[in-house]
Amino acid sequence: MVEAIQIQVNGEQRDCRTGATVGDLLRELAIKTERVAVELNLEILDRKDFDHRSLKPGDRVEILSFIGGGAPVDVHGRGRDSIHAE
Amino acid sequence: MQNDRLIIAGREFTSRLFVGTGKYKDFAETKKAIEASGADVVTVAVRRVNITDRSKENLLDYLDPKKYTILPNTAGCYNVEDALRYSRLARAAGVSDLIKLEVLGDERTLFPDTAGLIEAAKILVKEGFIVLPYTNDDPIVAQKLVDIGCPAVMPLAAPIGSGLGIRNPYNLKIIMEMIKVPIIVDAGVGTASDAALAMELGADAVLMNTAIAGAQDPIAMAEAMKYAVQAGRLAYKAGRIPRKLYATASSPIEGML
Repeated sequence: MVEAIQIQVNGEQRDCRTGATVGDLLRELAIKTERVAVELNLEILDRKDFDHRSLKPGDRVEILSFIGGGAPVDVHGRGRDSIHAE
Repeated sequence: MQNDRLIIAGREFTSRLFVGTGKYKDFAETKKAIEASGADVVTVAVRRVNITDRSKENLLDYLDPKKYTILPNTAGCYNVEDALRYSRLARAAGVSDLIKLEVLGDERTLFPDTAGLIEAAKILVKEGFIVLPYTNDDPIVAQKLVDIGCPAVMPLAAPIGSGLGIRNPYNLKIIMEMIKVPIIVDAGVGTASDAALAMELGADAVLMNTAIAGAQDPIAMAEAMKYAVQAGRLAYKAGRIPRKLYATASSPIEGML
């Protein structure tokens, strides 16, 4: 049994294997690494470092990608999927 | 029109219509509308990946970044810090250094916070971004943005999504005469004649989203916008006749009975 740690991914609590890297997390979530940006505790990571950065308890990970846009979400502002809605 | 290319920061574009990708029913409709518009440049937003439902498709599966210039925006950012964060995330997501910079001042009008915009633009230009700023129809602010190093300026026609058309053609005209970089009229266009008017005033391009995506038939409206932008550009280059209060006969008087 592998010990688990708690991290936050896109605003949600999540269990993660001890010693897992950002790359492992992306693979577990079935997220292709091209065209995503990853922020670890507000630090934007270089894609080539995904497999070298291991996760610690309480880490906050944000995984972002491109969605349809041109005008802001709506007049009422920030959508649920916005990282500054917390 | 063949040689009438738009060049921004060394990049060459055939179409002078830039389109957003928001508010469509689905990705299939987005793709068809963009194809009908003939646009080369498409704007996208940067948002959290849905980690609970991975079945959701990715926009860029529908829009080939080799075919289109993907222009990420900082829509939804109401301060400099957020605009910088989203710009850096957009670059990290790996398309290019291009950013459509929006620093919004108010949720009701979505008008730009031009002080914040100038501050954010300065920092991003220093970091090597190609900054295309969404700004007010204020010629002085537009000039400041150029001085900072923005290779194009994007003044609004009217509030985002309002469909009110060109609210201040005189200010836009002054911007077009004063500013020596391409001017992209961004936001507020409602229908084809608005886009044509923007081009007739001398805009180098027009950017829109809601006018197409919100139309009853977005694909037909996308095509209408393509022709409107082309017609407006041609009319601008052709040089319109001056406005006169009284009639001038088109047929000769000589030879009349």
